[in-house]
Amino acid sequence: MAADLTTTLCGVRLPNPTILSSGILGLSHEIMVRVAQAGAGGVTTKSCSLKPRAGYPNPTILDWGPGLINAVGLSNPGIEVMVEEIQAAREQLAPLGVPVIASIFADTIYDFGTVARFISEAEPDLIEVNISCPNINSHYLQMFAADPYVAAQVTRRVKRNTDVPVLVKLSPNVTDIVEIAQAVVEAGADGITAINTLGPGLILDIETCRPVLYHETGGVSGPAIHPIAVRCVRDICRAVDVPVVAVGGVTSGRDVVEMILVGATAVGIGSAVHYRGIEVFREVCEEVREYMERHGYGRVEEFRGKAMR
Amino acid sequence: MTLPQTVRINEIFDETRTVRTFVLDAEVQKAEPGQFVMLWLPGVDEKPISIAHPAPLTLTVARVGPFSTALHECKVGDRVGWRGPYGRGFSLRKDRPALLVAGGYGAAPLYFLATYAIECSVPTTVALGARRADDLIYVDRFRSLGIELILATDDGSVGHKGYVTDAILQFLTSNPQCSNLQPALYACGPELMLVALHRLCREHGIPGQLSVERYMKCGFGICGQCALDGYLVCQDGPVFDVGQLDGLSDFGRTRRSATGRRLPIQQPVTGNQR
Ligand SMILES: Cc1cc2nc3c(=O)[nH]c(=O)nc-3n(C[C@H](O)[C@H](O)[C@H](O)COP(=O)(O)OP(=O)(O)OC[C@H]3O[C@@H](n4cnc5c(N)ncnc54)[C@H](O)[C@@H]3O)c2cc1C
Ligand SMILES: Cc1cc2nc3c(=O)[nH]c(=O)nc-3n(C[C@H](O)[C@H](O)[C@H](O)COP(=O)(O)O)c2cc1C
Ligand code: FES
Repeated sequence: MAADLTTTLCGVRLPNPTILSSGILGLSHEIMVRVAQAGAGGVTTKSCSLKPRAGYPNPTILDWGPGLINAVGLSNPGIEVMVEEIQAAREQLAPLGVPVIASIFADTIYDFGTVARFISEAEPDLIEVNISCPNINSHYLQMFAADPYVAAQVTRRVKRNTDVPVLVKLSPNVTDIVEIAQAVVEAGADGITAINTLGPGLILDIETCRPVLYHETGGVSGPAIHPIAVRCVRDICRAVDVPVVAVGGVTSGRDVVEMILVGATAVGIGSAVHYRGIEVFREVCEEVREYMERHGYGRVEEFRGKAMR
Repeated sequence: MTLPQTVRINEIFDETRTVRTFVLDAEVQKAEPGQFVMLWLPGVDEKPISIAHPAPLTLTVARVGPFSTALHECKVGDRVGWRGPYGRGFSLRKDRPALLVAGGYGAAPLYFLATYAIECSVPTTVALGARRADDLIYVDRFRSLGIELILATDDGSVGHKGYVTDAILQFLTSNPQCSNLQPALYACGPELMLVALHRLCREHGIPGQLSVERYMKCGFGICGQCALDGYLVCQDGPVFDVGQLDGLSDFGRTRRSATGRRLPIQQPVTGNQR
């Protein structure tokens, strides 16, 4: 019997547990359709805000070997354009059975609600709330994801403004990610996505003694952060009962299996699109299927959380 | 790993009032004509620039905005960074003569292709278009390769008066060789010129490869900024077969800005090289 990779995330059916992560190729519906055709079980849009943002000048994204480093500056075409892209993507992905996750962010707690209400017009299957951006009303420009109280307020604000199931995406750059996870779940999050990029990190050009990124520091992703992501996902899955989308350095079928073994419901893939190409989704699923067949698993649930029992 | 490497500028040449060529203290291994590098000016920006020659790495840049102006202000000995090569270049057909068509700085990557075509003994003709004689670049370099040149200027100050595409049409219909064996066309230049060439290739059944530009951030297929319908110009392009461009809604119509919003493509201010 062939292994069945279908997964249900917050009531939404995915043909397989791999999801394109936010910020990777998710700007236009044509490219999201291509990613779905390459085997992704779900696609997440680039995080969008009320107004368009140009982000930082280049270099914004670099490959340093064990991973990527990026300081894109949350560039996005703004919510009006994104609503159209999501509607077009939904239409074209429906026949493939691939859901669309709309990623959103804002500068203030209040605006998170406005963006959520606006984006819901496009009827995405899920909303992912990127709280790893700076809170402009905080004295220290601290990110929303750094404080359990603030993270919970954002979650409540979003939940009050939409009927679409809500995932809250956490940052690993906090003292205790479990405390944040518990706070957002208590505030009504339907699921959690973890982790966003690690850091910030800094890479210099040693000839000119200058940082290579225009913004100097940037978030680190890719294989280099995978073990940290696995630990974060395990800790979160232990502490809360909602589904978790595990993200961070997932590059192969073994990485997907590892995330599911610590309790993940679905698995995000971002930087590996660079390391293995868009075909990474189909290839990784093949590798997971091969693992399942070797172990005699018919369905993903049969080994989900097995490392936790 | 593809962090930018910073190297010195060894030589700078003026091509025209607004176009300069920079020779860097670097060699690109395994570069194909039509591929590009990401050129970094620390503290300014980093942009895709076509390889005009791989060893030493040579780039020809038109001054059009903040990045290219800052580059034009650089002096010999200044350090710039580069990473690459990136993208899919031209694939030379050895079974047909080559017709290279350039508008503006598009002459630079086609010069790289011309040197390769000559190495492969492929009969080559180059058509260069510009607003006026002063704006033509690389004419002497192409001449020194000993290949046939077709020139076109809007004001007729040199060569054919009018668009380079009209000059090519004349060449194709008047040249008896072309009626036996259609050449393959390779082009780089303003998008509206490419649109005209796309139509010409389709109408005359000429195999063609066109180099298309889009705003780029990563250059390696991660950010999605360079999307042209379902293609990523940085990886699937910048060179596309004419067939790949059939029926695209973005080609000749829209490009993306830094935010990712679609903007209409207008006639570029630098020329009328259709
Ligand atoms: C694959 C590739 C190869 C390239 N090769 C070269 C090269 O060999 N030499 C070279 O000089 N440049 C080349 N470019 C263009 C170059 O990357 C930059 O766009 C250019 O240097 C402008 O940067 P800037 O900051 O100076 O000006 P910007 O302010 O970015 O642009 C100047 C003006 O041009 C307009 N513009 C920018 N891009 C486009 C577009 N695609 N279509 C229509 N209008 C546009 C802008 O709106 C603005 O008005 C290439 C681009 C690509 C994608
Ligand atoms: C270039 C780039 C842009 C990103 N943009 C976003 C974004 O807009 N919103 C977001 O929530 N995460 C963003 N991320 C983070 C990824 O979604 C993901 O959480 C992180 O890269 C770790 O996964 P990976 O190792 O598989 O890439 C971005 C990552 C990269 C590399
Ligand atoms: S420039 Fe980033 S995907 Fe092409």
